[in-house]
Amino acid sequence: MDITFLLNGEVVSLSNVSPTTTLLDWLREERGLTGTKEGCNEGDCGACSVMITDAQGSRALNGCILFLPQVNGKAITTVEGMASPDGTLHPVQETMIEHHGSQCGFCTPGFVVSMATAHLNGATDHDVQLAGNLCRCTGYAPIIRAAEAAEGTPVPAHLRNLSGKLAKDIPAPTKAEGAPHVQPESSDALAAWYLDNPDATLIAGATDVGLWVTKGFRDLGSVAFLNRCADLRGITEDETGLRIGAMTTLTEVEAKLAPLHPSLGTMLRRYGSTQVRNAATLGGNIANGSPIGDGPPALIALGATLHLRRGDTRREIALEDFFLNYGKQDRAPGEFVEAITVPRQHDTLRCYKLSKRFDQDISAVCGCISITGNGSQILTARIAFGGMAATPKRAAAVEAALVGQPWSEDTIRNAMSAMQDDFTPLSDMRASAAYRMESAQNMLLRYFHDANGQTTNVQEVSA
Amino acid sequence: MSVAKPLPHDAAKLHVTGAARYVDDIPTPRGTLHLAFGLSPVAAGELTALDLDAVRAAPGVVKVLTADDLVHDCDTSPSNHDEPLLATGEIHFAGQPLYLVVATSHLAARLAAQLGKPQITPRDPILTVEEALAANSRFEDGPRIYQKGDAATALGKASRRLSGQMELGGQEHFYLEGQAALALPQDNGDMLVHSSTQHPTEIQHKVAHAIGRPMHAVRVETRRMGGGFGGKESQGNALAIACSVAASLTGKPCKMRYDRDDDMIITGKRHDFRISYDVGFDETGRITALDVTHYTRCGWSMDLSLPVADRAMLHADNAYHLHDIRITSHRLRTNTASATAFRGFGGPQGVVGIERVMDHIAYELSLDPLAVRRANYYTDNAHRPTEVEATGTAIDNRTPPEAEADLTSRGAPPAPTDKPAIPATPSDVQTTPYQQPVTDCIINALTDRLVESCDYETRRAAIAEWNAQNPLLKRGIAITPVKFGISFTLTHLNQAGALVHVYQDGSIHLNHGGTEMGQGLFQKVAQVAASRFGVSPEVVKITATDTAKVPNTSATAASSGSDLNGMAAQNACDTIRERMAEHLAERYQTTPDQVWFTDGMVRIGGEEITFAAAAASAYENRVSLSATGFYKTPDIEWDRIAGRGRPFYYFAYGAACTEVVIDTLTGENRILRADLLHDAGASLNPALDIGQIEGAYVQGAGWLTTEELVWDETGTLRTHAPSTYKIPACSDRPPIFNVDLWDQPNPAQTVYRSKAVGEPPFMLGISAFMALSDAVAACGGSYGDLQAPATAEAVLAAVGRARK
Repeated sequence: MDITFLLNGEVVSLSNVSPTTTLLDWLREERGLTGTKEGCNEGDCGACSVMITDAQGSRALNGCILFLPQVNGKAITTVEGMASPDGTLHPVQETMIEHHGSQCGFCTPGFVVSMATAHLNGATDHDVQLAGNLCRCTGYAPIIRAAEAAEGTPVPAHLRNLSGKLAKDIPAPTKAEGAPHVQPESSDALAAWYLDNPDATLIAGATDVGLWVTKGFRDLGSVAFLNRCADLRGITEDETGLRIGAMTTLTEVEAKLAPLHPSLGTMLRRYGSTQVRNAATLGGNIANGSPIGDGPPALIALGATLHLRRGDTRREIALEDFFLNYGKQDRAPGEFVEAITVPRQHDTLRCYKLSKRFDQDISAVCGCISITGNGSQILTARIAFGGMAATPKRAAAVEAALVGQPWSEDTIRNAMSAMQDDFTPLSDMRASAAYRMESAQNMLLRYFHDANGQTTNVQEVSA
Repeated sequence: MSVAKPLPHDAAKLHVTGAARYVDDIPTPRGTLHLAFGLSPVAAGELTALDLDAVRAAPGVVKVLTADDLVHDCDTSPSNHDEPLLATGEIHFAGQPLYLVVATSHLAARLAAQLGKPQITPRDPILTVEEALAANSRFEDGPRIYQKGDAATALGKASRRLSGQMELGGQEHFYLEGQAALALPQDNGDMLVHSSTQHPTEIQHKVAHAIGRPMHAVRVETRRMGGGFGGKESQGNALAIACSVAASLTGKPCKMRYDRDDDMIITGKRHDFRISYDVGFDETGRITALDVTHYTRCGWSMDLSLPVADRAMLHADNAYHLHDIRITSHRLRTNTASATAFRGFGGPQGVVGIERVMDHIAYELSLDPLAVRRANYYTDNAHRPTEVEATGTAIDNRTPPEAEADLTSRGAPPAPTDKPAIPATPSDVQTTPYQQPVTDCIINALTDRLVESCDYETRRAAIAEWNAQNPLLKRGIAITPVKFGISFTLTHLNQAGALVHVYQDGSIHLNHGGTEMGQGLFQKVAQVAASRFGVSPEVVKITATDTAKVPNTSATAASSGSDLNGMAAQNACDTIRERMAEHLAERYQTTPDQVWFTDGMVRIGGEEITFAAAAASAYENRVSLSATGFYKTPDIEWDRIAGRGRPFYYFAYGAACTEVVIDTLTGENRILRADLLHDAGASLNPALDIGQIEGAYVQGAGWLTTEELVWDETGTLRTHAPSTYKIPACSDRPPIFNVDLWDQPNPAQTVYRSKAVGEPPFMLGISAFMALSDAVAACGGSYGDLQAPATAEAVLAAVGRARK
């Protein structure tokens, strides 16, 4: 495929790139820019962080699971491009030195990129911005001190208005096609092509597909990059609710949903990391069919509808009906996820994500619970779990044990027993089956106490 | 004077701009080849056939090597000559390298390495402590036992007694830079190796064997590592050997770096332990007898497991004076990756054992665990500098060691000595269970200061009140101490060399045997050198560790880096300084004691010239401006079989207070505040030392909370990437994090009276675990018996036990 992008201010055009060459490998091995590091090669450590800018703005992404065609038409700023051309250090570079924020220095370039991106965007929620950057030496305290010290300092001139420079230097990005691979510009084009190429791999954010390549050595065959299908991206709102395009990133989903459903917002801030949420899409999270993705249980609890398209044929199904079995979804060859709609509703949703580490960890159990009542009696209950079965799954027996019953601890405890009928979880490296069951049951109890105003969350406690 | 200044890391600017070079960043010559291992999918069995046709046919593959292709001795072990580079028939663990792919790119090598078809007749692997004990699968003939007094009799007489057991998980190093090596063939079959290693001399030694050449034919250079933590003391051997062998065979430069998953599967980790105890005590919590047993899974080969297990035994007392004690240690051989060095080298496991005993006794007596700890502390010694001359103990009259032996490894056999020169102990001095007198204790005063600065008593009362009002969440608080012995327990390793040149323009070239892995060693030693010459640190050029400049070095390990190399560099500088002083005294017709080096100037009597002018003058007058420096730690002697002697030159102390909160419904938990007070002696660089302490605490807390290694029933490691193995992330650091230095000079005659700081503060993280145990204790009427790591699942299980 042929692509064009800006690299640290310079236009770069490449021909015949393999669609699965990662930006990290290209930077280090072809371009000799070795400041960007490989720490894990799976998007979990952030040592490979790069800043990507387009018309939507600047964001940090993991270069190790970013395929070259995904940066077609965009501006890339690596750690080497953070200091000004005259050599003046970026404010976050200055404060990192001043506050002893580097020890071995290997994670440092990734931190600098994440910090400079947050600095550019005026973000000061440093724990969230840096959740995707691991450091094994410092214990993070000096890095946070450095990030705080750089708050409010001017953005260096060469990093201001990068999207304007991009529009000027690359007014019309290369059409990155080269059979058998495509980068369609619209969902219509995608639908037509996919109908003819139903065995192809669709690549959205590549936060999972990236690992199929870097870790699984899979040959993806013919691929379509969906990131230029502008009409698949974005959220529209009307009186019935929200329609979320399949290519909307988790960052965008979080921004829209957090005010409506604060508990979901809190969970989404723990979904992957900033770098992962900037790449990962809601459509990808669903189409992937993972039993441990955090999006589906929450959306099922909200009563979301999935919109599928095959050629010019469209259909819609309840989201929970999409997941048939482990690795198997109700999706025909050539059919793809077009959008998700979420009905407008009074917020009674609580999302409980249980993992070994608070940030950037895959859930052992993800429980999403929404119960409505009239003050004394339970009227409706939509409850779904991730990590408890081969698919994201509704807890039908639990729901049945709740609806119509009085709002009381006895009712909740009955429902907790009913959970045995809904789930037979597995043991794995994240948790044992017994712990999954016990903690999932206890999440119902937590919901009860939470709704009754008790402090139930360790995050709300301070020394 | 630049010593004691909080200067930034010498490479900080290179780090933040991405310009700092690690092994994989070194530009390679055209034609460089790349390596990857093909790994065993099973944990135990016999390799009967190896079909490598598909590997050889894969794109980019240049060569595929098996054990049969290795001409020379390609053992990678640092101790026991029991680790062939490639399997020779017997399969010892899932992930053992079977064959070596040499290809034109890293990706091609990795891809091809997936394609081999080994035929293995599997055996039942020995994986657990029980299985190893049942099969008597162990290193050494039987358990090692150290004792003082008579634990059995004292236990029988004890007024109170309890017993217990805890599992203590291992730990993956997760250095951000994976293992890496680059070998560049030189004239005449010589080899230049760039290695991400804490032990360049060992790499040199092992590579020399592997290519069948003397050590002088191999030069190893290490500028920096992207983290080590003990994981690069011996685990880099395989890569350096593989690269050198492949480079010898192909005549091409060869590079190898492990992909993260391979790194986590192949390399060793911190030893996991089971610790059982039977303890006698009185009503105040004072321990009157202790019988403690360590069971540790060493993995398939010996590596450094014996000295690791020894050090665990040597820290079974931590900061507590124990009279009648018996420590038993089982070193079990299992079909898992060979456990290796990791910050603390067994010490932390030993310390967790006794801290757990303190916690259990306090619960049993309904006392504040701190009161029990204080009741057992060693007595503080008067704070006066020890007036021991740094003469050292000669180790002469020995039988010559085997030339083939890997003498610079911590796994090496100890040098034989005629008579252990243990100084006589005055009767009023307390001794450790291995009978070393404790003469530098400060733990009582240090704890007192911490209790006050962190407001422990008030907060403990407030927490109890809060817990009474909160049924679902419980808070806990704990203070734990650290006393950590400083020196290699293999006595002959306590030596170091340095090489210093002063150029005629007054600039200084500094080299020593220590390696830089982020701890700031290079900067600290440069500050020492600058101070000796009275110049600013910018005058001193820090250079890569290089076996051609300083030979026969010890690993940068055991926290010894600045103690040993700082002294060696100081000695080298002083040699040159004395020569310069002598010359200048003669020139200005005074005596050398009238020559002063300060603020970039040299004062000679009433005259003053720049240091550069002094260097030029010395050069013109044919004075040598180059010197080596050497240092050996004095007054140490250790018999590891008897468990007696003075293995440590001194102890480093510290204490930490951690507050946590737990959720009794899910076991989720969080650190709320940590206060650390640590003894770095008279700090060489307070900023770097505080950085070590903060980082060590978080790493220690991670070991005991979120970092869980999981093997399945086949012996396959299930947590081999950061997606499944969770080191602390940014938000896991304590939101309130107060770190202070004790900042009193070391009574022992160390460099500028500083103390080693690499490992000791790791054990401050144990306070987080004990705070969790305290929160669990608030849940009910039984001891919660919290196991490590205290994942949410482990905490919930402990809450369940507490409520029974």
